[in-house]
Amino acid sequence: MTVFRDDADVHPPMDFEGYRSTALRHPKEPLIALPHRLTEVTAPVFGEGRVGELDHDLTRQHAGEPIGQRIIVHGHVKEDDGRPVPDTLVEVWQANAGGRYRHRVDNWPSPLDPNFSGCGRTITDSHGYFRFVTIRPGAYPWGNHPNAWRPAHIHFSLLGRAFTQRLVTQMYFPDDPLFFQDPIYNSVRDERAARRMISAYDHDSTEEQWALAFRWDIVLRGEDATPMEEPQA
Amino acid sequence: MTPLGTTPSQTVGPYLAIGLPWPDGPEVVPEGTPGRIRIHGRVFDGAGEVVPDAMIETWQADPDGRFGTDFRGFGRCPTGEEGEWEIFTVKPGRIGDGQAPHIDVNMFARGMLNRCVTRIYFADEDNRGDPVLESVPEARRGTLLVEPGEDGYRFDVRLQGEGETVFFAI
Repeated sequence: MTVFRDDADVHPPMDFEGYRSTALRHPKEPLIALPHRLTEVTAPVFGEGRVGELDHDLTRQHAGEPIGQRIIVHGHVKEDDGRPVPDTLVEVWQANAGGRYRHRVDNWPSPLDPNFSGCGRTITDSHGYFRFVTIRPGAYPWGNHPNAWRPAHIHFSLLGRAFTQRLVTQMYFPDDPLFFQDPIYNSVRDERAARRMISAYDHDSTEEQWALAFRWDIVLRGEDATPMEEPQA
Repeated sequence: MTPLGTTPSQTVGPYLAIGLPWPDGPEVVPEGTPGRIRIHGRVFDGAGEVVPDAMIETWQADPDGRFGTDFRGFGRCPTGEEGEWEIFTVKPGRIGDGQAPHIDVNMFARGMLNRCVTRIYFADEDNRGDPVLESVPEARRGTLLVEPGEDGYRFDVRLQGEGETVFFAI
């Protein structure tokens, strides 16, 4: 039986004092170990039918171009043994260049961009590679603590090839001066693990006279090399 | 080899509705599919307040208990103003390894730094001998069981506190 490696120590705790909204939204009862049976080692498969031709290019979804720094965001989805995760759906959403989301509850005083929705999706190729074109999102204020600002980020959602691999995360940009005060970034207690959420500036992949580029590889938990007699959670 | 470190989870945040809902997300099977059922409920926080910025996902076997067929098996529904959600599917079959019909569930929300995993079981099925359900303390099993009602099967999720839904470490 396939058993996926325990990576619980990589992920943030559900109860994290610095991020106030976790207080009433984390289970207090102990979690019960779920062995990796058939339902957990399988996942939905969605083909190209779920993705439109321009879904990967957030700068071409309207009549005009969005305001902001045009960027390419690309990388590979792999398992933790380096094996690529091909044909998997990658979904992204983000704020516009001014840090405003096109969402009814985001009403901080930065304008919406009529040419930017901030939503994209693509499917990894046979090498696990994905590529988006977008604009660099802005930082934005929120009410978590006095003068709180979220570092610029892009939300990513991945289905992987097994229910165990399902991941929703955020990609950050290198050298962001706002990390120190952001409880969501800092909820990842292992500093090396937190740094894996930061993309790298990728000059070789920029397009001259057109776009800067950032590379970000996403690593999903892999199978345990040594099969165990009893499935472990 | 030393495994690469996995990428940590982060919250879906308050604006998940920009990126994640699909028009047909709740329709695991289309209208008119024989045996189609509705599963619906609401999501509550530790103060008993509804959670209007959550999303629920479901993953299940086909009616014959199989995976890897043409059956989509996957449902996704963001919660509404009253914390409500729904999906339309068919009952999964019994799985060969002694598991009763069940649906794996992911919960995401603003304020949740990682997903929470739970399962739906059907009170009108024979759940005896299911190894996962039997691993849950008897007093808490009821949080995973849905009963048929006039408007479908109801599955409320309580993230914390009295009647807290059973969540699994995966």
